[in-house]
Amino acid sequence: MLSKTEYLELDKKIAPKSKEGRTLFFAFVVGGVICMIGQGVSDLFKLVIPAADEKLLGEITSTVMIFLGAILTGFGIYDKIGKHAGAGSIVPITGFANSVVSPAMEYRSEGVVFGVMCKMFVIAGPIIVSGVASSILVGLIYWFVGVAA
Amino acid sequence: MLLTYLKVFLVGGVVCLIGQLLINLTKMTSAKILVTFLLLGVLLEAVGIFDPIKEFARAGITIPITGFGSTLAKGAIEGVKEEGLIGALTGGMRAAAAGLSAAIVFGFLVSLVFKARTKV
Amino acid sequence: MNGGKQTIVFQNKPCVLAGYSIVGPKESMGPLDPYFHKRLRKDDFGQSSYEKAECKLHMSAISGAIIAAGLSPKDIDANIGGDLLNQIITSSFSARELDIPFVGMYSACSTFAQALIVGATLIDGGYIRRAACSTSSHFSTAERQYRYPLELGTQMTPTSQWTVTGAGCTVLGKYGEGSKIYLESATIGKVIDFGISDANNMGAAMAPAAAQTVIQHLEDTGRSVDYYDNIVTGDLGIYGSRLFLELLESEGIHASAKHKDCGEMIYDKKQRCPQGGSGAGCSSVVFNSYFLHQMRSGSIKRMLLIPTGALLSKLSSLQGETIPGIANAVSFCVEE
Repeated sequence: MLSKTEYLELDKKIAPKSKEGRTLFFAFVVGGVICMIGQGVSDLFKLVIPAADEKLLGEITSTVMIFLGAILTGFGIYDKIGKHAGAGSIVPITGFANSVVSPAMEYRSEGVVFGVMCKMFVIAGPIIVSGVASSILVGLIYWFVGVAA
Repeated sequence: MLLTYLKVFLVGGVVCLIGQLLINLTKMTSAKILVTFLLLGVLLEAVGIFDPIKEFARAGITIPITGFGSTLAKGAIEGVKEEGLIGALTGGMRAAAAGLSAAIVFGFLVSLVFKARTKV
Repeated sequence: MNGGKQTIVFQNKPCVLAGYSIVGPKESMGPLDPYFHKRLRKDDFGQSSYEKAECKLHMSAISGAIIAAGLSPKDIDANIGGDLLNQIITSSFSARELDIPFVGMYSACSTFAQALIVGATLIDGGYIRRAACSTSSHFSTAERQYRYPLELGTQMTPTSQWTVTGAGCTVLGKYGEGSKIYLESATIGKVIDFGISDANNMGAAMAPAAAQTVIQHLEDTGRSVDYYDNIVTGDLGIYGSRLFLELLESEGIHASAKHKDCGEMIYDKKQRCPQGGSGAGCSSVVFNSYFLHQMRSGSIKRMLLIPTGALLSKLSSLQGETIPGIANAVSFCVEE
């Protein structure tokens, strides 16, 4: 038989590859459309609440987008979009919502406490941890620079 | 107006396209993709490039998870400005509270109402 | 072993008395649909969780096979079964409902062969009269244990396979109980790891084990592939099968004309399962439906069934381990 290295080389050579063009196209289009929806939500609330500053608008927009991602996940639509869109529906904030809601739904059968509550951040946990940790690091650096100056 | 939406579409699309390239080339899973883009957002905010991109692309850069990263980093920086050292600890979470709480509460409610379905 | 390095040769022709297969909705949309015994319209089988659904599937396959053999549970001396879930809860929980002594098995998707080999050996040695050898898998239980939540929007990679929702059971008995299909020999596989680490490329991880088992089987029995009408692998999938044939080719064995793969057969190309099916239920539903039918109708006289298994867990993948494979071969003959 082939040796291990020969075999791994063969696998590398003949393994089926992703359909680059197709996946990239769908990721681009779906990602772009989701961002446009986000922009639409933001502009709409700007009309409703003219006094809203950028920070408030940002908070409202992400809340609405997370709600949309959550509800589409609930109806079983988001995973169907994701099958075609790949990163196009993972990278937007709706994808973050999907990664929180899908394990929560999945583990409902193990109960509300040990299923839903424990497993909710089984996929999105790293996002929170790395995000919070890195933001604290940024704050610390900013503080040091300020003290030194 | 229309031009804004075109820019949003193009920049948002390109961000996701880069994500797809990473998936195709490195077989990264979705959690790793999200973390990568989140950290990218934190970095862009920290070095001060995020705001100029946001001026141009609006939701095209804030709706991708990069926006969440930028919010966290911006919050930490503002926290330091307002409260000093302790602000580095509290600022990020405070700024990202809306998104986080929304994800938790909607995730919880949706899981009580809907059941996971098999893919076909 | 009595038949060479890795091969046992049965002395008393343990027979296949009956087989039964039950599948989920996706499988019944595939090309093998006419051969299955029962199809589910919804894959939750009316249960509150998919684990419970798989358990009911497993149980239905066992009772279906016992009925098909014209027997009742008290006629069965042992239920030898396995599945993919942690602590093989599917098979043991289904055995809880059946009043039959139970032997639990695990070798991932190769479990069906393991169950057949143990059952046939016990019968051949005269220790038991009949055995019900059962395995099952369920897409929705395997997915959450090995991969992601169902509602997570991920893409399937080009080398990935779709876990078969289904359960199959074969009732084995002594020679002379009216069946012409008997188990002639079996080759117990070695665990082989060629360094594949992508958990979504299981065909490639299992192909070397399958090739080694087949090569050893042919050497032990002194046969060439021409002896068999079909060489049937369990769930190598389209790409894994290609690697398997390449590996045999490198030993001068030309098997492509005889080779079939249960995983490749069970789904249509249009069903968007990149490389076909997989899972402990895959080889058992295909064998108990299509191949048993072919042997009964006489279009297959001799076949070598080689269910293949990837012995990984989520933990082992996270710890950076590569994926070991196993393949056990069972040779079936139809008496003239």
